[in-house]
Amino acid sequence: MALDFLLLMKQELLITVIIFTLLLLKIGSDLSNAAVLNVANGLLLLNLLAGTVGNQTGALFNGMFFTSPLIVLEKNILSLGTLIVSLQSSSWLKKHEHVPEFYILLLCTLLGMYFMISAGNLLMFYVGLELSSIPLAAMANFDLAKRRSSEAAMKFILSSAFASGLLLFGISLVYGATGTLTFSEISSRLDGAPLQVFAFVLLLAGFAFKISIVPFHLWTADVYEGAPVAVTSWLSVISKGSVLFVFVSVLYTVFKPLAGAWYNMLFVLSMVTILIGNLFAIRQNNIKRFLAFSSIAQIGFILVGITGSSQPGTASVVYFVLIYVFSNLAAFGVVALVSSVTGREQVSDYKGFYKTNPVLSWVLTIALFSLAGVPPTAGFFGKFFLLMSGAGKGNYVLITVAALNMIISFYYYLRIVKAVFMDANEQPIERLAIPVYPKLAMFICVAGIIVTGLAGYVYDYIYSLSFGF
Amino acid sequence: MNYASYIALIPLLPLAGFVILGLFGKKPFARSAGVIGTLLIFISTLLALYTAYQYFFVAGKQHGIYPAVKALEFTWLQFSPGLSIDMGLLIDPASVMMLVVVTFVSLMVHIFSIGYMKGEERLSTYYSFLGLFTFSMLGLVLSTNIFQIYIFWELVGVSSFLLIGFYYDRPAAVAAAKKAFIVTRFADLGFLIGILILAFYSGTLDFGTLIQRLTEPGSSALAQLKGYGFIGIPVFSWALALLFIGGAGKSAMFPLHIWLPDAMEGPTPVSALIHAATMVVAGVYLVARLYPVFVLDVPVLQLITWVGVISAFLAAVIACTQTDIKRVLAYSTISQIGYMLFALGLAGYTASLFHLFTHAFFKSLLFLGAGAVIHYIHTNEMGNMGGLRKYMPVTHITFLIACMAIAGIPPFAGFFSKEEILLTAWQNNQPVYYIALLTSGITAFYMFRLYFSIFWNKPLAHNHNHHGEGPWSMKFPLLVLALAAVVVGFIPFAHYISAGQQAAEHTIPISFSIAPVAMALAGIALAYMLYYKQNERPQKLATAMGGLYRLVRQKFYFDELYLFVTKKIIFNGIAKPAAWIDKHLVDGLMNGLGRATTGISERIKAWQSGSVQSYALYFFGGIVALAAVFIYWWTG
Repeated sequence: MALDFLLLMKQELLITVIIFTLLLLKIGSDLSNAAVLNVANGLLLLNLLAGTVGNQTGALFNGMFFTSPLIVLEKNILSLGTLIVSLQSSSWLKKHEHVPEFYILLLCTLLGMYFMISAGNLLMFYVGLELSSIPLAAMANFDLAKRRSSEAAMKFILSSAFASGLLLFGISLVYGATGTLTFSEISSRLDGAPLQVFAFVLLLAGFAFKISIVPFHLWTADVYEGAPVAVTSWLSVISKGSVLFVFVSVLYTVFKPLAGAWYNMLFVLSMVTILIGNLFAIRQNNIKRFLAFSSIAQIGFILVGITGSSQPGTASVVYFVLIYVFSNLAAFGVVALVSSVTGREQVSDYKGFYKTNPVLSWVLTIALFSLAGVPPTAGFFGKFFLLMSGAGKGNYVLITVAALNMIISFYYYLRIVKAVFMDANEQPIERLAIPVYPKLAMFICVAGIIVTGLAGYVYDYIYSLSFGF
Repeated sequence: MNYASYIALIPLLPLAGFVILGLFGKKPFARSAGVIGTLLIFISTLLALYTAYQYFFVAGKQHGIYPAVKALEFTWLQFSPGLSIDMGLLIDPASVMMLVVVTFVSLMVHIFSIGYMKGEERLSTYYSFLGLFTFSMLGLVLSTNIFQIYIFWELVGVSSFLLIGFYYDRPAAVAAAKKAFIVTRFADLGFLIGILILAFYSGTLDFGTLIQRLTEPGSSALAQLKGYGFIGIPVFSWALALLFIGGAGKSAMFPLHIWLPDAMEGPTPVSALIHAATMVVAGVYLVARLYPVFVLDVPVLQLITWVGVISAFLAAVIACTQTDIKRVLAYSTISQIGYMLFALGLAGYTASLFHLFTHAFFKSLLFLGAGAVIHYIHTNEMGNMGGLRKYMPVTHITFLIACMAIAGIPPFAGFFSKEEILLTAWQNNQPVYYIALLTSGITAFYMFRLYFSIFWNKPLAHNHNHHGEGPWSMKFPLLVLALAAVVVGFIPFAHYISAGQQAAEHTIPISFSIAPVAMALAGIALAYMLYYKQNERPQKLATAMGGLYRLVRQKFYFDELYLFVTKKIIFNGIAKPAAWIDKHLVDGLMNGLGRATTGISERIKAWQSGSVQSYALYFFGGIVALAAVFIYWWTG
């Protein structure tokens, strides 16, 4: 029993230990920022490596906590993303006076995500979700001197509280309708009654808020723009990724009896999300805001994959999130570096970027091509599989709308590539030195973008762990 | 027979060129980039010729046909247990033919570029892009399945984007590159959906298996595809029509042709490679690959026929009014590809591929000749040329040969293939035949208009005689291609490449050739009258035609139409209001209210003026709408 406990919860326990280590470090010693960063990155790497050892399936605490190889993989993807974000933000953090606190907050949210993914019960899920959002508000406020940053934090916490309230309402309705909060029991007691559908809509809204599905997305752009870039990339990639993992498994297992209803909801929501995300992204001039809206559109594509409700559905979603981690973080990495050194965040600032920063330009281009879905980058395969999974239901309206929007998204990603390579600029961004950690992060991302697409076994492995119905 | 050992090298050598020149082009190979690139493609060409020899003459026919061989195949991604994505090399008559064409023309373009691009600062970049393009095109040709062809299809698009936009300091080149990319991407969307539909119903992506599953008697996949409909049309027709749209985009068929004339902003040798012999015929190749499947659906074949013949005719008419010599050639390419496609639509598989084959040689010759002219005279405008035959004898003669080939004068290559196509049309669809016949007359007219205007007409206004016709690296490819344009027509093409079991070898009766040749001669005679010597007649004619001439010269206002739709309707009609709502209604309304009424400081306004409340309102509205719709109305 005790051994089970240690093995099944190894990732959560390790994160907890790391959090306390950092806390002690903060209180007990006078390390320089650079040293703290080294320690933190080392610990994150350790966490990632530890996650790859051992792959048990099992439940703890009467089914409250559940783990399987797929869940371990999902947690590892999040750990990897965390490491990349941490490496990327090192040049920003180095100048900051509260580095250990940043890491403690970051890891608390990560811990919340772990619990959320492993949840076998709606209460557990709720606690995990809250643990993963509340510290985020503090993180959004981490540019302590900037007013926009505190505005972002404020907007985030208010919206988040509102979403949580409705989510809790939904959970209580589920409890009222089924008399249980355990996932396995809920699914056997659902029959599609209107009350259950309403409860589901509330839960869906809670998810939709976190992954910014239209019309629950409005907080996204403001918060992304105001928050420090590191937090923005964390919000748009890791936070969304974790909720997506849970979303798929909850839809496919717990709410399987309501599949008819949620299929149609996702059908509508995914089209609206892709469309609105794209139309807004076309017009954005702030590059962070641009990435925010384009990531909304990306979520729409993931929803298309989820509608497939099959084993390829799960596999393609997990696969896409992995690719999305690499691609989006690569783009954010460049933006973070530029923003932290020069403070420039407009798309027009990137004109003539290639002349001064060829390496960063290529990284940005590869990332944007992957986000747009241009072969042979991984993003292409990710999108293709999502569409393929969605096509499995034979809904060609959805597939056509999605594919059409791939072209639109292509246009605006290309707009940035064009600015970087082809447009002339009187005052281009000066030549930037790339510190070791961000360089390492970019290397991981670019390698990931290329390898994940070209090496078939990555998808095969994910597929072998996946489930559907 | 084991081909795998060396066939993989044919595409990989140009890829190696791309990698080597792309990575090390700056320092060690800056000067020798041209030689390295050319050497690699030279080896590829030799291997391709050797493959053709092995395939057609050593291995030979089995049971009366040349068998399709998978030289190499491996599973790359296993999407689900039934459906995998493979990569491989397919060797069959069509792909071997294309191998030879692509490597050969690419080699000529590589050699030509050594002289043409001399002194170019980014020479190694240029050659690395050429390598990437050649690799992608060869990968496309050798694909064993639709997915692989799609990947290379996109790669071809990316590399042609890079090549068209090579002169990135010219805004026109950048715009053209973008246009080419976006338009063909739009068409590729059709391709992608077509693939998804076919893969979903037939459960395979492999060409051979797909064809087999759909064509076998009592095929259940086919019954399903024909059984389900979408807006009254069977899914099967949708899938094929969408695939064809993908092909039509790459092959610049009306109304998706608008990118090709603009793409002439790229370096001229690139046009010879991409816009004459290789990428633009990818659409024809795609339809030919799935030809047995297309045959199962008559309405789609009709669509292909009419798109092809209309493109052939309209592009030929437009070509008569253009004054930029490269644009004339661009429209002529559209017109000739139109021939290939309607031949496919009329069951002329062999005729179509034959024309693809001959066209590759004489059209790349025309482009390279135009390149030599532009290199000499530094302009694309026909009006500034004239009398060049004295200064450029080699270019003059080779260009004349190419013009006669495309006009269909015997015994040049174009004659034979065009006769085949016209015969197919005559046998299967008379209206198409007459349009095609008329078009071949127009073709002869505009080609000789071009020829006379460049080489005869008036004496050259300025004497550019400070340098000669060009180095041997430029003249040699012209001569080789001219030779090809003379001889390739005599290849008994039907013996090697045919759709069915038996080779449909037949001879065309002499009497049939009279009408087309007469048409061509008439076209040439008209061009002679108008353009041999400088005179008033062309201008008078244009004035007499008035509005019609303007309409054609403005290319039937296709570009304006597209601009109107995208700029006016999509941007103004949808994106602008959407952004406006975002800015003014969502952000602005609440912010503005707050600012106006309270006038409190900026900081407080940002989170107290109500924008978060409005977010909550939308949030709640979303829930109510979802609940209302899905509980009361759309219960499924």
